[in-house]
Amino acid sequence: MKRALGMDYAEFERSPITFDYEAMMDAHGYSLEDITRIQTKAGVGNTPLLELRNLTDLVRSYAEPGHGARIFVKDEAANMAGSFKDRRASVSIHAAKEKGYAGVIAATSGNYGAAVSSQAARASLMCIICQEAFDSRHVGQPEIIEKSRICEAFGAEVVQMTVGPELFSHMLELLDETGYFAASLYSSFGISGIETLGAEIAREMTALTGAAPTVVVVTHAGGGNTTGTARGLKGAGATSTQIVGASVDLSGLHMASDSDFNRKSFTTGHTGFGVPFATWPDRADVPRNAARALRYMDRYLTVSQGEVFYVTEAMAKLEGLERGPSGNTSMAAAMSLARDLPGDATVVVQETEYTGAGKHHWAQLNFARANGVEVRAGDPADNVPGKSIIIPQRPEQIRAKDSDIAKMRRSYIRNALQHAGEGYLPTDEDVAFLAADTNSTPETVEKTLAALKEA
Amino acid sequence: MTDTIRCEAGDWVEVRYVLLEPADRSASLPADTAAQPLLVWVKGFARDAASGGDEVTVDTMTGRAVTGALTDVNPGYTHTFGRPAPELTHVGRDLRARLAGYRASKAGE
Repeated sequence: MKRALGMDYAEFERSPITFDYEAMMDAHGYSLEDITRIQTKAGVGNTPLLELRNLTDLVRSYAEPGHGARIFVKDEAANMAGSFKDRRASVSIHAAKEKGYAGVIAATSGNYGAAVSSQAARASLMCIICQEAFDSRHVGQPEIIEKSRICEAFGAEVVQMTVGPELFSHMLELLDETGYFAASLYSSFGISGIETLGAEIAREMTALTGAAPTVVVVTHAGGGNTTGTARGLKGAGATSTQIVGASVDLSGLHMASDSDFNRKSFTTGHTGFGVPFATWPDRADVPRNAARALRYMDRYLTVSQGEVFYVTEAMAKLEGLERGPSGNTSMAAAMSLARDLPGDATVVVQETEYTGAGKHHWAQLNFARANGVEVRAGDPADNVPGKSIIIPQRPEQIRAKDSDIAKMRRSYIRNALQHAGEGYLPTDEDVAFLAADTNSTPETVEKTLAALKEA
Repeated sequence: MTDTIRCEAGDWVEVRYVLLEPADRSASLPADTAAQPLLVWVKGFARDAASGGDEVTVDTMTGRAVTGALTDVNPGYTHTFGRPAPELTHVGRDLRARLAGYRASKAGE
Protein backbone atom coordinates (compact mmCIF):
# COMPACT_ATOMS: atom_id res chain seq x y z
CA MET A 1 0.00 0.00 0.00
CA LYS A 2 2.97 2.29 0.63
CA ARG A 3 4.09 1.79 -2.97
CA ALA A 4 0.55 2.03 -4.27
CA LEU A 5 -0.14 5.39 -2.61
CA GLY A 6 3.32 6.88 -2.40
CA MET A 7 2.62 7.69 1.26
CA ASP A 8 3.92 6.15 4.49
CA TYR A 9 1.13 5.96 7.05
CA ALA A 10 3.54 4.84 9.80
CA GLU A 11 4.77 8.44 10.04
CA PHE A 12 1.48 9.54 11.57
CA GLU A 13 1.07 6.80 14.20
CA ARG A 14 1.48 8.05 17.78
CA SER A 15 0.18 5.09 19.81
CA PRO A 16 -1.93 1.96 19.24
CA ILE A 17 -4.95 4.32 19.34
CA THR A 18 -3.75 7.77 18.36
CA PHE A 19 -2.54 9.03 15.00
CA ASP A 20 -1.94 12.57 13.79
CA TYR A 21 -5.01 13.08 11.61
CA GLU A 22 -4.28 16.64 10.51
CA ALA A 23 -0.67 15.79 9.64
CA MET A 24 -1.95 12.91 7.52
CA MET A 25 -4.46 15.21 5.78
CA ASP A 26 -1.70 17.74 5.04
CA ALA A 27 0.89 15.20 3.90
CA HIS A 28 -0.11 15.29 0.22
CA GLY A 29 1.07 18.90 0.18
CA TYR A 30 -1.90 20.30 -1.78
CA SER A 31 -3.55 23.44 -0.40
CA LEU A 32 -7.26 24.10 -1.02
CA GLU A 33 -6.16 26.55 -3.73
CA ASP A 34 -4.03 23.83 -5.36
CA ILE A 35 -6.99 21.45 -5.27
CA THR A 36 -9.33 24.05 -6.76
CA ARG A 37 -6.82 24.57 -9.56
CA ILE A 38 -6.46 20.82 -10.14
CA GLN A 39 -10.25 20.43 -10.26
CA THR A 40 -10.84 23.38 -12.55
CA LYS A 41 -8.32 21.93 -14.99
CA ALA A 42 -10.02 18.54 -14.67
CA GLY A 43 -13.48 19.99 -15.42
CA VAL A 44 -14.71 19.36 -11.89
CA GLY A 45 -16.56 21.53 -9.37
CA ASN A 46 -18.29 24.92 -9.43
CA THR A 47 -21.63 23.17 -9.83
CA PRO A 48 -24.89 25.14 -9.63
CA LEU A 49 -26.41 25.82 -6.22
CA LEU A 50 -30.17 25.82 -6.76
CA GLU A 51 -32.94 27.02 -4.49
CA LEU A 52 -35.87 24.59 -4.60
CA ARG A 53 -38.76 27.02 -4.17
CA ASN A 54 -41.48 24.55 -5.14
CA LEU A 55 -40.28 21.86 -2.77
CA THR A 56 -39.93 24.50 -0.03
CA ASP A 57 -43.51 25.69 -0.55
CA LEU A 58 -44.72 22.09 -0.61
CA VAL A 59 -43.16 21.58 2.84
CA ARG A 60 -44.62 24.89 4.04
CA SER A 61 -48.08 23.70 2.94
CA TYR A 62 -48.05 21.21 5.83
CA ALA A 63 -45.50 22.66 8.26
CA GLU A 64 -46.63 24.52 11.39
CA PRO A 65 -47.23 28.24 10.68
CA GLY A 66 -43.94 30.14 10.37
CA HIS A 67 -42.05 26.91 9.73
CA GLY A 68 -40.57 25.40 6.60
CA ALA A 69 -36.93 26.25 5.95
CA ARG A 70 -35.70 27.22 2.49
CA ILE A 71 -34.31 24.14 0.72
CA PHE A 72 -31.27 24.32 -1.58
CA VAL A 73 -29.35 21.71 -3.51
CA LYS A 74 -25.84 21.62 -4.89
CA ASP A 75 -26.28 20.01 -8.30
CA GLU A 76 -23.21 17.81 -8.29
CA ALA A 77 -24.65 15.73 -11.13
CA ALA A 78 -23.30 18.56 -13.30
CA ASN A 79 -19.79 17.18 -12.80
CA MET A 80 -18.29 15.35 -15.77
CA ALA A 81 -18.99 11.80 -14.64
CA GLY A 82 -22.21 12.80 -12.90
CA SER A 83 -21.51 13.07 -9.18
CA PHE A 84 -19.45 14.73 -6.42
CA LYS A 85 -17.12 11.73 -6.67
CA ASP A 86 -15.39 13.56 -9.52
CA ARG A 87 -13.95 15.88 -6.86
CA ARG A 88 -12.55 12.90 -5.03
CA ALA A 89 -11.19 11.20 -8.13
CA SER A 90 -9.64 14.32 -9.64
CA VAL A 91 -7.13 14.74 -6.80
CA SER A 92 -6.18 11.04 -6.72
CA ILE A 93 -5.70 10.98 -10.47
CA HIS A 94 -3.66 14.19 -10.36
CA ALA A 95 -1.43 12.66 -7.68
CA ALA A 96 -1.06 9.41 -9.65
CA LYS A 97 -0.09 11.33 -12.78
CA GLU A 98 2.33 13.60 -10.92
CA LYS A 99 4.01 10.63 -9.23
CA GLY A 100 4.44 8.87 -12.57
CA TYR A 101 2.13 5.88 -12.15
CA ALA A 102 0.92 4.18 -15.35
CA GLY A 103 -2.57 3.57 -14.04
CA VAL A 104 -4.97 3.59 -11.11
CA ILE A 105 -7.13 1.01 -9.34
CA ALA A 106 -10.19 1.53 -7.19
CA ALA A 107 -12.59 -0.87 -5.52
CA THR A 108 -16.11 0.54 -5.75
CA SER A 109 -19.53 -0.36 -7.13
CA GLY A 110 -20.62 3.27 -6.98
CA ASN A 111 -20.24 6.61 -8.72
CA TYR A 112 -16.61 6.73 -7.65
CA GLY A 113 -15.79 4.14 -10.32
CA ALA A 114 -17.30 6.39 -13.00
CA ALA A 115 -15.37 9.35 -11.63
CA VAL A 116 -12.02 7.55 -11.49
CA SER A 117 -12.57 6.07 -14.98
CA SER A 118 -13.44 9.47 -16.43
CA GLN A 119 -10.56 11.32 -14.77
CA ALA A 120 -8.12 8.53 -15.68
CA ALA A 121 -9.21 8.76 -19.33
CA ARG A 122 -8.52 12.51 -19.33
CA ALA A 123 -5.14 11.97 -17.72
CA SER A 124 -4.24 9.15 -20.16
CA LEU A 125 -3.88 6.67 -17.29
CA MET A 126 -4.91 3.02 -17.33
CA CYS A 127 -7.76 2.23 -14.95
CA ILE A 128 -9.11 -0.88 -13.22
CA ILE A 129 -12.34 -0.77 -11.22
CA CYS A 130 -13.15 -3.73 -8.93
CA GLN A 131 -16.87 -4.07 -8.35
CA GLU A 132 -18.99 -6.25 -6.15
CA ALA A 133 -21.51 -6.68 -8.95
CA PHE A 134 -23.48 -9.91 -8.77
CA ASP A 135 -24.93 -12.48 -6.43
CA SER A 136 -23.89 -16.09 -7.05
CA ARG A 137 -26.73 -16.44 -9.62
CA HIS A 138 -25.04 -13.68 -11.70
CA VAL A 139 -27.92 -11.33 -10.91
CA GLY A 140 -26.90 -7.72 -10.36
CA GLN A 141 -28.67 -4.58 -9.18
CA PRO A 142 -29.55 -2.46 -12.23
CA GLU A 143 -27.76 0.42 -10.50
CA ILE A 144 -24.49 -1.52 -10.31
CA ILE A 145 -24.82 -2.78 -13.89
CA GLU A 146 -25.16 0.83 -14.95
CA LYS A 147 -21.97 1.63 -13.01
CA SER A 148 -20.17 -1.19 -14.84
CA ARG A 149 -21.39 0.28 -18.11
CA ILE A 150 -20.28 3.83 -17.44
CA CYS A 151 -16.82 2.72 -16.24
CA GLU A 152 -16.40 0.70 -19.43
CA ALA A 153 -17.71 3.63 -21.45
CA PHE A 154 -14.76 5.64 -20.08
CA GLY A 155 -12.34 2.86 -21.04
CA ALA A 156 -11.78 1.24 -17.66
CA GLU A 157 -11.23 -2.48 -17.14
CA VAL A 158 -14.03 -3.55 -14.85
CA VAL A 159 -13.43 -6.60 -12.67
CA GLN A 160 -16.91 -7.76 -11.71
CA MET A 161 -17.14 -10.05 -8.70
CA THR A 162 -19.70 -11.86 -6.63
CA VAL A 163 -20.48 -10.78 -3.08
CA GLY A 164 -17.72 -10.73 -0.49
CA PRO A 165 -15.17 -8.56 1.29
CA GLU A 166 -12.35 -10.41 -0.52
CA LEU A 167 -12.85 -7.75 -3.20
CA PHE A 168 -10.36 -5.65 -1.25
CA SER A 169 -7.67 -8.34 -1.05
CA HIS A 170 -8.10 -8.90 -4.78
CA MET A 171 -7.61 -5.17 -5.32
CA LEU A 172 -4.30 -5.44 -3.42
CA GLU A 173 -3.27 -8.36 -5.65
CA LEU A 174 -4.06 -6.29 -8.72
CA LEU A 175 -2.03 -3.38 -7.30
CA ASP A 176 0.89 -5.78 -6.92
CA GLU A 177 0.44 -7.18 -10.40
CA THR A 178 0.19 -3.81 -12.15
CA GLY A 179 2.13 -1.38 -9.95
CA TYR A 180 -0.75 1.09 -10.37
CA PHE A 181 -1.74 3.83 -7.92
CA ALA A 182 -4.38 2.98 -5.30
CA ALA A 183 -7.11 5.54 -5.94
CA SER A 184 -8.67 4.62 -2.61
CA LEU A 185 -11.92 6.29 -1.65
CA TYR A 186 -10.45 6.77 1.77
CA SER A 187 -7.07 8.36 1.10
CA SER A 188 -6.42 11.97 2.06
CA PHE A 189 -6.25 12.85 -1.66
CA GLY A 190 -9.87 11.93 -2.16
CA ILE A 191 -11.19 13.48 1.02
CA SER A 192 -9.36 16.74 0.45
CA GLY A 193 -10.97 16.81 -2.99
CA ILE A 194 -14.42 17.09 -1.37
CA GLU A 195 -13.40 20.09 0.76
CA THR A 196 -13.97 22.35 -2.25
CA LEU A 197 -17.64 21.30 -2.17
CA GLY A 198 -18.07 22.52 1.41
CA ALA A 199 -16.17 25.71 0.64
CA GLU A 200 -18.33 26.42 -2.43
CA ILE A 201 -21.52 25.90 -0.41
CA ALA A 202 -20.37 28.31 2.33
CA ARG A 203 -19.42 30.98 -0.21
CA GLU A 204 -22.45 30.59 -2.47
CA MET A 205 -24.98 30.46 0.37
CA THR A 206 -23.49 33.59 1.90
CA ALA A 207 -23.79 35.36 -1.45
CA LEU A 208 -27.39 34.17 -1.93
CA THR A 209 -28.84 34.48 1.55
CA GLY A 210 -26.35 36.61 3.48
CA ALA A 211 -25.36 33.78 5.81
CA ALA A 212 -23.84 30.33 5.94
CA PRO A 213 -26.47 27.56 5.82
CA THR A 214 -28.30 26.60 9.01
CA VAL A 215 -28.01 22.91 8.12
CA VAL A 216 -26.13 20.96 5.49
CA VAL A 217 -27.43 17.44 4.88
CA VAL A 218 -24.93 14.90 3.59
CA THR A 219 -25.72 11.43 2.33
CA HIS A 220 -23.52 9.30 4.53
CA ALA A 221 -21.96 5.96 3.59
CA GLY A 222 -18.22 5.47 4.01
CA GLY A 223 -17.84 8.88 5.64
CA GLY A 224 -15.87 10.73 2.96
CA ASN A 225 -18.74 12.89 1.83
CA THR A 226 -19.50 13.97 5.41
CA THR A 227 -15.86 14.51 6.32
CA GLY A 228 -14.81 16.43 3.22
CA THR A 229 -17.90 18.63 3.10
CA ALA A 230 -17.70 19.48 6.80
CA ARG A 231 -13.99 20.29 6.58
CA GLY A 232 -14.63 22.53 3.59
CA LEU A 233 -17.46 24.36 5.36
CA LYS A 234 -15.42 24.88 8.52
CA GLY A 235 -12.39 25.97 6.52
CA ALA A 236 -14.56 28.59 4.82
CA GLY A 237 -15.76 29.91 8.18
CA ALA A 238 -19.17 28.21 8.31
CA THR A 239 -18.48 26.92 11.83
CA SER A 240 -22.05 27.23 13.10
CA THR A 241 -23.59 25.19 10.29
CA GLN A 242 -25.06 21.96 11.59
CA ILE A 243 -23.78 18.87 9.75
CA VAL A 244 -26.45 16.22 9.41
CA GLY A 245 -25.65 12.80 7.97
CA ALA A 246 -28.46 10.90 6.25
CA SER A 247 -28.61 7.26 5.21
CA VAL A 248 -31.24 4.87 3.95
CA ASP A 249 -32.23 2.45 6.70
CA LEU A 250 -31.16 -1.03 5.62
CA SER A 251 -30.74 -2.35 9.14
CA GLY A 252 -31.01 -6.10 9.47
CA LEU A 253 -29.55 -6.83 6.03
CA HIS A 254 -26.09 -8.38 6.15
CA MET A 255 -23.78 -6.53 3.78
CA ALA A 256 -21.69 -9.62 2.99
CA SER A 257 -24.69 -11.88 2.44
CA ASP A 258 -25.15 -13.37 -1.01
CA SER A 259 -28.91 -13.70 -0.55
CA ASP A 260 -29.42 -10.22 0.99
CA PHE A 261 -27.38 -8.60 -1.78
CA ASN A 262 -30.28 -8.10 -4.18
CA ARG A 263 -32.87 -7.36 -1.52
CA LYS A 264 -31.46 -3.85 -1.21
CA SER A 265 -32.60 -1.14 -3.57
CA PHE A 266 -29.74 1.13 -2.57
CA THR A 267 -26.14 0.33 -3.29
CA THR A 268 -24.72 3.23 -1.28
CA GLY A 269 -25.77 5.90 1.19
CA HIS A 270 -27.25 3.29 3.47
CA THR A 271 -26.76 2.17 7.05
CA GLY A 272 -24.89 -0.95 5.93
CA PHE A 273 -21.93 1.33 5.21
CA GLY A 274 -22.92 4.35 7.28
CA VAL A 275 -22.91 2.71 10.69
CA PRO A 276 -19.86 0.40 10.45
CA PHE A 277 -17.70 3.06 8.78
CA ALA A 278 -18.66 5.72 11.34
CA THR A 279 -18.03 3.41 14.28
CA TRP A 280 -14.80 1.99 12.84
CA PRO A 281 -13.43 4.05 9.94
CA ASP A 282 -10.14 2.15 9.76
CA ARG A 283 -11.87 -0.90 8.27
CA ALA A 284 -11.07 0.77 4.91
CA ASP A 285 -8.56 -0.21 2.22
CA VAL A 286 -5.90 2.18 3.62
CA PRO A 287 -4.18 1.86 7.01
CA ARG A 288 -5.83 5.03 8.33
CA ASN A 289 -9.06 6.27 6.82
CA ALA A 290 -9.13 9.99 6.03
CA ALA A 291 -12.93 9.80 6.19
CA ARG A 292 -13.94 10.08 9.85
CA ALA A 293 -17.63 10.90 9.97
CA LEU A 294 -18.07 11.01 13.76
CA ARG A 295 -15.55 13.86 13.94
CA TYR A 296 -17.92 16.04 11.96
CA MET A 297 -21.49 14.75 12.19
CA ASP A 298 -23.82 16.62 14.57
CA ARG A 299 -26.83 14.40 13.83
CA TYR A 300 -27.39 11.16 11.92
CA LEU A 301 -30.80 10.61 10.35
CA THR A 302 -32.20 7.60 8.56
CA VAL A 303 -34.93 7.50 5.94
CA SER A 304 -36.65 4.57 4.25
CA GLN A 305 -36.23 3.46 0.64
CA GLY A 306 -39.84 4.37 -0.21
CA GLU A 307 -39.41 7.91 1.10
CA VAL A 308 -36.36 8.43 -1.11
CA PHE A 309 -38.15 7.13 -4.22
CA TYR A 310 -41.12 9.42 -3.50
CA VAL A 311 -38.83 12.42 -3.12
CA THR A 312 -36.99 11.45 -6.31
CA GLU A 313 -40.29 11.56 -8.18
CA ALA A 314 -41.33 14.82 -6.47
CA MET A 315 -38.05 16.52 -7.33
CA ALA A 316 -38.39 15.60 -10.99
CA LYS A 317 -41.99 16.76 -11.23
CA LEU A 318 -41.76 19.93 -9.10
CA GLU A 319 -38.22 21.10 -9.73
CA GLY A 320 -37.31 19.69 -13.15
CA LEU A 321 -34.41 17.83 -11.57
CA GLU A 322 -34.28 14.16 -12.49
CA ARG A 323 -31.50 12.82 -10.32
CA GLY A 324 -30.28 9.53 -8.85
CA PRO A 325 -31.12 8.08 -5.47
CA SER A 326 -27.98 8.89 -3.51
CA GLY A 327 -28.38 12.65 -3.12
CA ASN A 328 -32.12 12.20 -2.77
CA THR A 329 -31.53 10.30 0.44
CA SER A 330 -30.42 13.63 1.86
CA MET A 331 -33.31 15.37 0.13
CA ALA A 332 -35.82 13.17 1.96
CA ALA A 333 -34.09 13.98 5.25
CA ALA A 334 -33.95 17.67 4.28
CA MET A 335 -37.71 17.82 3.69
CA SER A 336 -38.23 16.33 7.13
CA LEU A 337 -35.78 18.76 8.75
CA ALA A 338 -37.10 21.81 6.88
CA ARG A 339 -40.60 21.12 8.18
CA ASP A 340 -39.41 21.53 11.77
CA LEU A 341 -37.21 24.59 11.18
CA PRO A 342 -38.36 28.23 11.06
CA GLY A 343 -39.05 29.74 7.65
CA ASP A 344 -35.92 31.88 7.69
CA ALA A 345 -33.61 28.88 8.23
CA THR A 346 -31.82 27.26 5.30
CA VAL A 347 -31.18 23.60 4.53
CA VAL A 348 -28.67 22.61 1.87
CA VAL A 349 -28.54 19.16 0.31
CA GLN A 350 -24.93 19.05 -0.78
CA GLU A 351 -25.12 16.70 -3.75
CA THR A 352 -27.11 15.19 -6.54
CA GLU A 353 -26.01 12.33 -8.79
CA TYR A 354 -26.81 11.52 -12.42
CA THR A 355 -29.58 9.11 -13.17
CA GLY A 356 -30.44 6.97 -16.18
CA ALA A 357 -31.42 3.41 -17.03
CA GLY A 358 -30.59 1.18 -14.08
CA LYS A 359 -30.05 4.04 -11.63
CA HIS A 360 -33.58 5.32 -12.10
CA HIS A 361 -36.16 4.75 -9.35
CA TRP A 362 -38.49 2.90 -11.71
CA ALA A 363 -35.74 0.41 -12.57
CA GLN A 364 -34.97 -0.06 -8.90
CA LEU A 365 -38.59 -0.60 -7.92
CA ASN A 366 -39.10 -3.08 -10.77
CA PHE A 367 -35.98 -4.94 -9.68
CA ALA A 368 -37.15 -4.99 -6.06
CA ARG A 369 -40.48 -6.50 -7.11
CA ALA A 370 -38.74 -9.08 -9.28
CA ASN A 371 -36.63 -10.11 -6.28
CA GLY A 372 -39.54 -10.70 -3.98
CA VAL A 373 -39.60 -7.35 -2.17
CA GLU A 374 -43.11 -6.04 -1.59
CA VAL A 375 -43.65 -2.58 -3.09
CA ARG A 376 -46.82 -0.76 -2.04
CA ALA A 377 -48.27 2.61 -1.16
CA GLY A 378 -48.77 3.23 2.53
CA ASP A 379 -47.11 4.64 5.61
CA PRO A 380 -43.30 4.49 5.25
CA ALA A 381 -43.07 3.95 9.00
CA ASP A 382 -44.18 0.35 8.27
CA ASN A 383 -41.14 -0.28 6.03
CA VAL A 384 -39.10 -3.43 6.71
CA PRO A 385 -35.70 -3.30 4.94
CA GLY A 386 -35.29 -6.20 2.50
CA LYS A 387 -38.95 -7.19 2.80
CA SER A 388 -40.96 -4.13 1.82
CA ILE A 389 -40.67 -0.73 0.21
CA ILE A 390 -43.52 1.51 1.28
CA ILE A 391 -44.09 4.53 -0.93
CA PRO A 392 -45.64 7.44 1.01
CA GLN A 393 -49.10 8.57 -0.03
CA ARG A 394 -48.56 12.14 1.18
CA PRO A 395 -45.43 14.24 1.72
CA GLU A 396 -46.35 14.67 5.41
CA GLN A 397 -45.44 11.01 5.87
CA ILE A 398 -41.78 11.75 5.14
CA ARG A 399 -40.21 11.62 8.57
CA ALA A 400 -36.50 11.05 9.06
CA LYS A 401 -35.51 9.20 12.22
CA ASP A 402 -32.68 10.24 14.52
CA SER A 403 -30.02 7.60 15.10
CA ASP A 404 -28.40 7.43 18.51
CA ILE A 405 -25.11 9.17 17.79
CA ALA A 406 -23.94 8.85 21.42
CA LYS A 407 -24.23 5.09 21.04
CA MET A 408 -22.20 5.25 17.83
CA ARG A 409 -19.49 7.20 19.66
CA ARG A 410 -19.35 4.55 22.39
CA SER A 411 -19.12 1.83 19.81
CA TYR A 412 -16.27 3.66 18.06
CA ILE A 413 -14.35 3.89 21.34
CA ARG A 414 -14.94 0.18 22.01
CA ASN A 415 -13.61 -0.65 18.54
CA ALA A 416 -10.56 1.57 18.99
CA LEU A 417 -9.77 -0.14 22.28
CA GLN A 418 -10.19 -3.59 20.76
CA HIS A 419 -7.86 -2.77 17.88
CA ALA A 420 -5.24 -1.41 20.27
CA GLY A 421 -4.82 -4.93 21.63
CA GLU A 422 -5.64 -6.72 24.84
CA GLY A 423 -4.61 -4.97 28.03
CA TYR A 424 -3.68 -1.68 26.35
CA LEU A 425 -4.28 1.25 28.69
CA PRO A 426 -5.25 4.47 26.92
CA THR A 427 -3.07 7.48 27.76
CA ASP A 428 -4.23 11.10 28.16
CA GLU A 429 -3.16 11.65 24.57
CA ASP A 430 -5.41 8.75 23.48
CA VAL A 431 -8.35 10.21 25.40
CA ALA A 432 -7.85 13.58 23.70
CA PHE A 433 -7.63 11.84 20.31
CA LEU A 434 -10.79 9.79 20.92
CA ALA A 435 -12.64 12.93 22.00
CA ALA A 436 -11.62 14.71 18.79
CA ASP A 437 -12.36 11.66 16.65
CA THR A 438 -15.88 11.36 18.08
CA ASN A 439 -16.68 15.08 18.32
CA SER A 440 -17.19 14.73 22.07
CA THR A 441 -15.27 15.63 25.25
CA PRO A 442 -12.44 13.93 27.16
CA GLU A 443 -14.89 13.51 30.09
CA THR A 444 -17.35 11.61 27.88
CA VAL A 445 -14.54 9.42 26.58
CA GLU A 446 -13.30 8.72 30.15
CA LYS A 447 -16.82 7.71 31.15
CA THR A 448 -17.13 5.36 28.18
CA LEU A 449 -13.72 3.84 28.89
CA ALA A 450 -14.67 3.28 32.54
CA ALA A 451 -17.94 1.62 31.52
CA LEU A 452 -16.12 -0.62 29.04
CA LYS A 453 -13.65 -1.63 31.73
CA GLU A 454 -16.47 -2.69 34.04
CA ALA A 455 -18.30 -4.63 31.32
CA MET B 1 -26.64 -20.23 -23.74
CA THR B 2 -22.92 -20.67 -23.29
CA ASP B 3 -22.79 -23.82 -25.41
CA THR B 4 -24.01 -21.98 -28.49
CA ILE B 5 -21.65 -19.02 -28.47
CA ARG B 6 -18.32 -18.85 -30.24
CA CYS B 7 -15.60 -16.23 -30.55
CA GLU B 8 -12.78 -15.70 -32.99
CA ALA B 9 -9.34 -14.42 -32.03
CA GLY B 10 -9.56 -10.63 -31.57
CA ASP B 11 -13.25 -10.60 -30.58
CA TRP B 12 -14.32 -8.54 -27.55
CA VAL B 13 -15.55 -11.14 -25.06
CA GLU B 14 -16.33 -11.83 -21.41
CA VAL B 15 -14.71 -14.62 -19.40
CA ARG B 16 -15.45 -15.96 -15.94
CA TYR B 17 -13.12 -17.61 -13.46
CA VAL B 18 -13.18 -18.78 -9.88
CA LEU B 19 -11.04 -16.50 -7.72
CA LEU B 20 -11.64 -18.40 -4.47
CA GLU B 21 -13.22 -21.78 -3.85
CA PRO B 22 -15.57 -21.88 -0.83
CA ALA B 23 -12.85 -23.49 1.31
CA ASP B 24 -10.43 -20.64 0.61
CA ARG B 25 -12.80 -17.79 1.38
CA SER B 26 -12.59 -15.25 4.20
CA ALA B 27 -13.36 -16.73 7.62
CA SER B 28 -15.98 -14.23 8.73
CA LEU B 29 -18.59 -14.64 5.99
CA PRO B 30 -22.28 -15.35 6.54
CA ALA B 31 -23.10 -18.99 5.74
CA ASP B 32 -24.91 -18.30 2.44
CA THR B 33 -21.88 -16.44 1.04
CA ALA B 34 -19.32 -18.87 2.49
CA ALA B 35 -20.96 -21.75 0.60
CA GLN B 36 -20.36 -20.04 -2.75
CA PRO B 37 -17.11 -19.67 -4.71
CA LEU B 38 -15.98 -16.07 -5.33
CA LEU B 39 -16.47 -15.56 -9.08
CA VAL B 40 -14.98 -12.92 -11.34
CA TRP B 41 -16.06 -11.71 -14.79
CA VAL B 42 -13.65 -9.73 -16.94
CA LYS B 43 -13.90 -8.48 -20.53
CA GLY B 44 -11.13 -8.36 -23.10
CA PHE B 45 -9.98 -9.28 -26.60
CA ALA B 46 -9.81 -13.06 -27.08
CA ARG B 47 -6.39 -14.41 -28.01
CA ASP B 48 -7.87 -17.50 -29.66
CA ALA B 49 -11.09 -18.82 -31.08
CA ALA B 50 -13.22 -20.54 -28.43
CA SER B 51 -16.69 -21.88 -27.74
CA GLY B 52 -18.89 -21.03 -24.75
CA GLY B 53 -17.44 -22.52 -21.57
CA ASP B 54 -13.98 -23.11 -23.09
CA GLU B 55 -10.93 -21.68 -21.36
CA VAL B 56 -9.64 -18.71 -23.28
CA THR B 57 -7.12 -15.98 -22.51
CA VAL B 58 -8.12 -12.37 -23.10
CA ASP B 59 -6.14 -9.12 -23.18
CA THR B 60 -8.07 -6.62 -21.08
CA MET B 61 -8.35 -2.85 -21.64
CA THR B 62 -5.30 -2.34 -19.41
CA GLY B 63 -3.32 -5.02 -21.25
CA ARG B 64 -3.55 -7.69 -18.55
CA ALA B 65 -3.80 -11.30 -19.69
CA VAL B 66 -6.71 -13.02 -17.94
CA THR B 67 -7.81 -16.61 -18.50
CA GLY B 68 -11.31 -17.86 -17.86
CA ALA B 69 -14.29 -19.67 -19.34
CA LEU B 70 -15.91 -17.88 -22.27
CA THR B 71 -19.31 -16.56 -21.14
CA ASP B 72 -20.25 -13.93 -23.74
CA VAL B 73 -19.16 -12.49 -27.06
CA ASN B 74 -19.54 -8.76 -27.69
CA PRO B 75 -21.19 -8.43 -24.26
CA GLY B 76 -23.69 -5.61 -23.87
CA TYR B 77 -26.08 -4.09 -21.38
CA THR B 78 -29.78 -4.71 -21.10
CA HIS B 79 -30.72 -2.66 -18.02
CA THR B 80 -33.61 -0.32 -18.66
CA PHE B 81 -35.85 2.28 -17.02
CA GLY B 82 -38.70 -0.21 -17.18
CA ARG B 83 -42.33 0.62 -16.59
CA PRO B 84 -43.33 3.29 -14.08
CA ALA B 85 -44.21 2.25 -10.57
CA PRO B 86 -47.99 2.72 -10.21
CA GLU B 87 -47.39 3.95 -6.65
CA LEU B 88 -45.56 6.98 -8.10
CA THR B 89 -47.38 7.91 -11.30
CA HIS B 90 -49.84 10.23 -9.55
CA VAL B 91 -47.24 11.99 -7.38
CA GLY B 92 -46.46 14.77 -9.86
CA ARG B 93 -50.09 15.57 -10.56
CA ASP B 94 -51.07 15.55 -6.90
CA LEU B 95 -48.15 17.61 -5.64
CA ARG B 96 -48.52 20.23 -8.39
CA ALA B 97 -52.19 20.63 -7.47
CA ARG B 98 -51.31 20.87 -3.83
CA LEU B 99 -48.65 23.49 -4.45
CA ALA B 100 -51.06 25.54 -6.57
CA GLY B 101 -53.67 25.34 -3.79
CA TYR B 102 -51.18 26.46 -1.14
CA ARG B 103 -50.00 29.41 -3.24
CA ALA B 104 -53.58 30.46 -3.99
CA SER B 105 -54.36 30.43 -0.26
CA LYS B 106 -51.25 32.52 0.50
CA ALA B 107 -52.16 35.01 -2.24
CA GLY B 108 -55.50 35.57 -0.55
CA GLU B 109 -53.95 36.39 2.85
